[in-house]
Amino acid sequence: MPEIRNYTLNFGPQHPAAHGVLRLVLEMDGEVIVRSDPHIGLLHRATEKLAETKPYNQCLPYMDRLDYVSMMCNEHAYSLAVERLLGIEAPERAQYIRVMFDEITRILNHLMWIGTHALDVGAMTMFLYAFREREDLMDCYEAVSGARLHAAYYRPGGVYRDLPDVMPRVENNRFRNAAEVNRLNSNRGGSLLDFIEDFTQRFPTYVDEYETLLTDNRIWKQRTVGIAEVSPERAMALGFTGPMLRGSGVEWDLRKKQPYAVYDKVEFDIPVGVNGDCYDRYLVRMEEMRQSNCIIKQCVTWLRENSGPIMVDNHKFAPPSRKAMKEEMEGLIHHFKFFSEGYCPAPGEVYAAVEAPKGEFGVYAVSDGANKPYRLKLRAPGFAHIAAMDEMTKGHMLADVVAVIGTMDVVFGEIDR
Amino acid sequence: MSNNVANTPEARLESLASSLKESFSAKGCEIMEHLSEVTMIVPREEFRSVVQSLRDLPQFSFEEMIDICGIDYSTYGQEEWQTKGAPNSGYGRGVENLSDLDADAEERFASVYHLLSITNNVRLRLRIMLNTACPEIESVNDLWPAANWFEREAFDLYGILYSGHPDLRRILTDYGFIGHPFRKDFPLEGYVEMRYDADKKRVIYEPVDIEPRTLVPRVIRNEGGSLPENQDKQDSVDA
Repeated sequence: MPEIRNYTLNFGPQHPAAHGVLRLVLEMDGEVIVRSDPHIGLLHRATEKLAETKPYNQCLPYMDRLDYVSMMCNEHAYSLAVERLLGIEAPERAQYIRVMFDEITRILNHLMWIGTHALDVGAMTMFLYAFREREDLMDCYEAVSGARLHAAYYRPGGVYRDLPDVMPRVENNRFRNAAEVNRLNSNRGGSLLDFIEDFTQRFPTYVDEYETLLTDNRIWKQRTVGIAEVSPERAMALGFTGPMLRGSGVEWDLRKKQPYAVYDKVEFDIPVGVNGDCYDRYLVRMEEMRQSNCIIKQCVTWLRENSGPIMVDNHKFAPPSRKAMKEEMEGLIHHFKFFSEGYCPAPGEVYAAVEAPKGEFGVYAVSDGANKPYRLKLRAPGFAHIAAMDEMTKGHMLADVVAVIGTMDVVFGEIDR
Repeated sequence: MSNNVANTPEARLESLASSLKESFSAKGCEIMEHLSEVTMIVPREEFRSVVQSLRDLPQFSFEEMIDICGIDYSTYGQEEWQTKGAPNSGYGRGVENLSDLDADAEERFASVYHLLSITNNVRLRLRIMLNTACPEIESVNDLWPAANWFEREAFDLYGILYSGHPDLRRILTDYGFIGHPFRKDFPLEGYVEMRYDADKKRVIYEPVDIEPRTLVPRVIRNEGGSLPENQDKQDSVDA
């Protein structure tokens, strides 16, 4: 009888299914996982420590680089935290713009998730479909902020600028033929809002396409149903938030329960799972995309009908207009003070949380009255989720590990910070 | 408590603060409300019994441990740019760090907990000041398994020891890292840098060759936030 013993398998950190730089040390009994020990921190950049050396307004672009597939939601949490410390509030139009872009970001994130999750599990086509729609949404990002990913669009006190009246059009180049350029430009004739509205009309049919590919797909169900089941009590004890918690049947969504911005003025539903397995979490996220689409529609309607300021009028906390800076003494002083020193919130501490696509993204800021945060702690949803890796994979097969990584929707920008 | 009390956030906070006072004031806990959040400062000796009741008593039922983090208070309220005496002596450029580290203060570190009650829809922050020489506190890993990695992180970055933690290893820093990088006396640049050495054909560590430099000095001015009456005064000074 040969001696049988467990052996240890190293997974990552450069494995394509590790979604970045996750190293997993797996203790295997044959093909069954006995223990998994995730090693994180390979992308640790000490964002929180860097933030201690930067004025509040200069910390904002770091937030994009945390969860780098849901950029604007991170900015939203940070802006909310600073606004609360300063005792200011963004104008209503800015709040509607924020909600609209939060939901665009949620769709962007979920498309990334479904693409990579399905690819890991073996459905190649999903990836191509999801990236097709992401392209349109990233064009919205670009139209509004100039950047496709790291937007730095939300600022404490509002948003950087109002929505553009003209949607940028695709230009001819040697990589695209004329027919392709015409097709891309067909819905770019109007404003950004026209383009977004056109997208919201197309998008539900795209989600139907994804569901046709996956929801009743036998292989997809074999790979996800009953995998990594988490009971509601356990999900709460493990610190789950967002779709991971809702997939287990807990009806908890900050947008409904502790509304911020104008989420209390828009209508949407919270999808909730039943069994708490990978398949339920998949269904929850698919429905969330439809709900986000519905919220975007409502925001577009509101933004068409109402105009107004998009930034607070207090130039201690927001830069003055270019014209005021060039022509007025007061404007020049405000501009100089704002960009060279920033502003000093009163001493105090605040925890601002938003419902990011992955769960609760929180910013805990401690101010001692200086122009830089004394301590900034970023609460990343993925950190708590991946901490449960051992519990979720125990007793499953090696191939299920990638399904679990996919269902957690991990991004190492936020986990390692 | 969740349904019969008025369901505005303010009412929920109010009722949380009053039941906290009722239950824990006798144990020496200090309860504060600021910016629509409740913070409770818990004496270290009472910590375990307080968190146990926070999780288990129905009027609190904090099911989720949202976050645990360390804070190093040793340079709290210090500036890099002296503005007060400046008219007599001239302004410094603030490129050097003037911070005078109070490393021997009795309570330099704090462990901060953010709790969330799903049943009652309220949040609570706990702050426990820790002894400087031996920053140690009981682990809450057995009450909320989510605490496991958060405590490892606070240990890694601040050197706070969580007694009773099953596996208190470093988590975010490199294998073999020395020191606790988020302490205020740890330089932003760190001590060592890493590169691939073509001759030795391996990765080597060397002392950093970056000069520390303050780009924007840290100043404290009483403006913004909850001090509106000072703002007019400040305006005239600035202008």
